[in-house]
Amino acid sequence: MLEHYLSLFVKAVFVENILLAFFLGMCSFLAVSKKVETAIGLGLAVTFVMTITTPVNWAINTYLLKDGALSWIWSGFANVDLSFLEFITFIASIAAMVQLVEMVIDRFSPKLYAALGIFLPLIAVNCAILGASLFMVERDYTLGESIVFGFGSGTGWFLAIVAMASIRTKIRYSNVPNGLKGLGITMLITGLMSMAFMLFSGIQL
Amino acid sequence: MSEKLFSKKNMAVLKSPLIDNNPITFQVLGICSALAVTVQMRTALVMALAVTFVVSLSNVSISLLRKMIPSKIRIIVELTVIATLVILVDQVLKAFLFDISKQLSVFVGLIITNCIIMGRAEAFALQNKPWPSFLDGLGNGLGYGWILLTIAFFRELLGSGTFFGLQIIPDSFYAMGYENMGLMVLAPGAFILLGLLVWVQRTITKTVSE
Repeated sequence: MLEHYLSLFVKAVFVENILLAFFLGMCSFLAVSKKVETAIGLGLAVTFVMTITTPVNWAINTYLLKDGALSWIWSGFANVDLSFLEFITFIASIAAMVQLVEMVIDRFSPKLYAALGIFLPLIAVNCAILGASLFMVERDYTLGESIVFGFGSGTGWFLAIVAMASIRTKIRYSNVPNGLKGLGITMLITGLMSMAFMLFSGIQL
Repeated sequence: MSEKLFSKKNMAVLKSPLIDNNPITFQVLGICSALAVTVQMRTALVMALAVTFVVSLSNVSISLLRKMIPSKIRIIVELTVIATLVILVDQVLKAFLFDISKQLSVFVGLIITNCIIMGRAEAFALQNKPWPSFLDGLGNGLGYGWILLTIAFFRELLGSGTFFGLQIIPDSFYAMGYENMGLMVLAPGAFILLGLLVWVQRTITKTVSE
């Protein structure tokens, strides 16, 4: 059992990195990867929010939305299928969680709050977080798996953004062609990083 | 309406996001889906249409509601409007284009978090009348769409040798030893192609960032 969770975790971090293999969370990845400190802060926030929201959305999906999920309330609800409400409920629960995280960070680390201030609301529209929840539904994870998957995907995203920020601070001293500055070179580097991460896909788990 | 529907100002609103202010290459928004669905032309086309639909209608709805939305809860209201439209798109795709909806998998749902839609609602629809907002949405949708189709064109051509599923590279090429470029089908190909596309576009328009 433990082995299964471990391999799921490694898979989520390296083999199927949510950013480098599924392109999720690119917007904040590109916007916030200029400084290593802010990248670490945002990466931690995303990991934290993802680890919480994936199991929360698992519970919502299993007990409220899935085909026949409402039968625990009353057997007459056995035919009710609310899964079309998936998107709107998930995004609402994510937005609520982000609000919560924002309040907690504000209370305990005002410095981090000041650095992340404008980015925190953006986490709500970070596709990686909604994406993790949607993948969780699509792949039929159990509660334990969804926690591990949420945490693993968050860690993978954290790794990618911190690596990118470190590269970008170095690249400031290089002579990049004018048209390639900014987005262009960042995308090329991301491509190379993603290629490097693809090497993990040979690992049998 | 005091102003003409297709006045110069309105046309500028429609045209600027196509090249000069392109949501992907200039504003750097909505990259995620742009890369994920571009392995084939078909999925890219469906995605482009879906996003254009959602962004134009969400702009109109939010513009109509703009005087009623309290600014504190505007993000939630915007998300609700967008999510509702995305559910519509998802249900329509599931009903009529089931195989494409399966291929797009989670990326239909992820239109909700496509920053272009949120960004246009925040930056444009909240301050403008419904008609210009609609044009702005349409322009951004199309600006997003053409980048998507360009990337998809190269990825499908180089990666599988096809165009909309039709074989383009003749069999004699393969017989001579031509091989499809596997890299293009995988994630890195998308990143690198977009990087190159941005380079070309910025060299032509002479934009320098930072």
